[in-house]
Amino acid sequence: MTEEEKRIQFQQRIDAGEKIEPLDWMPDDYKQTLFRQISQHAHSEIIGMQPEGNWLLRAPSLRAKKILMAKIQDEAGHGLYLYSAAETFGIDRSEMIAMLHSGKAKYSSIFNYPALTWADMGAIGWLVDGAAIVNQTMLAKCSYGPYARAMVRICKEEGFHQRQGYEIIAKMASGTPAQKEMAQDALNRWWEPSLMMFGPHDADSPHTQNSMKWKIKVESNDTLRQRFIDRTVEQAHHIGLTIPDKNLKYNKETMHWEISPINWDEFWNVVKGNGPCNHQRLNHHKKYHQEGQWVRDCARAFEEKQMKESNAVKSN
Amino acid sequence: MNTKDALINYCLRLADNSMIAGQRLAEWNSCGPYLEEDIALSNMALDFFGQAETMYEYASQLINNQKTADDLAFRRSEREYFNCLLAEQPNGDFAYTMMKQFLFSTYLKYMYETLSSSNDETLKGFAERSLKEVKYHFRHSSEWIIRFGNGTEESLKRAQFALDELWRFTDDLFCMNATDEELISTGITVSSDSIAAKWNLTVKEILQAAHLTIPEKFNVITGGYSGIHSEHLGHLLCEMQYLQRAYPDAKW
Repeated sequence: MTEEEKRIQFQQRIDAGEKIEPLDWMPDDYKQTLFRQISQHAHSEIIGMQPEGNWLLRAPSLRAKKILMAKIQDEAGHGLYLYSAAETFGIDRSEMIAMLHSGKAKYSSIFNYPALTWADMGAIGWLVDGAAIVNQTMLAKCSYGPYARAMVRICKEEGFHQRQGYEIIAKMASGTPAQKEMAQDALNRWWEPSLMMFGPHDADSPHTQNSMKWKIKVESNDTLRQRFIDRTVEQAHHIGLTIPDKNLKYNKETMHWEISPINWDEFWNVVKGNGPCNHQRLNHHKKYHQEGQWVRDCARAFEEKQMKESNAVKSN
Repeated sequence: MNTKDALINYCLRLADNSMIAGQRLAEWNSCGPYLEEDIALSNMALDFFGQAETMYEYASQLINNQKTADDLAFRRSEREYFNCLLAEQPNGDFAYTMMKQFLFSTYLKYMYETLSSSNDETLKGFAERSLKEVKYHFRHSSEWIIRFGNGTEESLKRAQFALDELWRFTDDLFCMNATDEELISTGITVSSDSIAAKWNLTVKEILQAAHLTIPEKFNVITGGYSGIHSEHLGHLLCEMQYLQRAYPDAKW
């Protein structure tokens, strides 16, 4: 079969709604797009542990501490599934980490913003996990089997994350004046970055067309973003917080909330590495990866010795 | 000391031990040598926070809810905390943390085992549940100690350093005061001598398998259960209690 025939057959499988599995034939650009996306998603889960980790030791109640700890642990677990899904392309986790460290692989830009107050734990759960759920619910229908299955598991846990974030922010919004101020301030700072999580407008998104053709994505960036906006505006109003956008208005005809233009210069600036925490997040990851080297060496050396000993016993 | 006061004090000791150990383990968040270990460490931290919460709630009940579990965790100062000194020691490197965890979880394993036959039903139930958790902590940390000792030269050196530094805080685990005397006489707990004997056997066995040498006891430091701590605890509490202290009227 020629390359072209294989491509046609592949597209027919996608169009018929079949899942593509690791051993199936797939075009190189499909492979590359997915590897890039899944490994970036894995790195995002791992780097995303840092802003929340910033408040773990200062969580204000036993309950809040347990929930935040469990949430961060879930994220580490999501990172694990996703690294495994990305490894189906024949590249192992240590290589992916090297790509992250060299800057070749990216992670979600949202984690390059600082978590300044406890209300940010609410805002991150509510807005960042809220945006992630909208995106990931769509990705659970993705054509690549290992990714779609990882997403189904992850979505279940993200629902809990989003609810706990909303609970934190709702509690603060109805709390003391200082708490209410922190809640509004967190919304002000996280609103626009969370809108940017869906990526550029459809017209400016170079990958969208192919991704939709291959059913890696089944809905466009703008469709997903609008769904998130409609949901979140109502939730903010429900707890008495104000969306930080003077032009926010409800369009009765389309039945959607309309917002001001998004500042894409800011988005690209952070993607290029110039956000408030890009340097800090990556350096943290590199530092502890390096510090753990002797532990990994020790574990490997121990395992090798054990293998040798058990082989020696067998050969006797 | 009457039995009720002793029991309150004892619950706080158990709760503080878990709370402080959990807080230290939580410091490892996103700093582990690899992802699986990060998850294991946060798992153990979660176990500890759960244990602490149960005991703070019991203590709160015993004082007729004059203070909540959160008040007890977040509004007491360093001289009112009754955890052992070992739990509050800074983490150091991974070998240091694991050594701390090993010495401490071996203690907890035998202590909870003993407490599982307490005539106080709440403590008995708590100990039975917690025992399952600390058995895993013990297995996890003792396996690491053996790996360090049989891994590389560097891992052996780091583990030996940790043992040399931390050994001085191990007598403190078994110290008894008026609280213990009262609770032993009423059958709520037993003398820590029997726990110490079992602890010694197991610890020595694992350390031997790891080619590690127990240092001579030139410097023994005690006082945790009586509220005399190392300087490290105050800093840990500053961070942990920040929001509750800074916004005393707020509910979270």
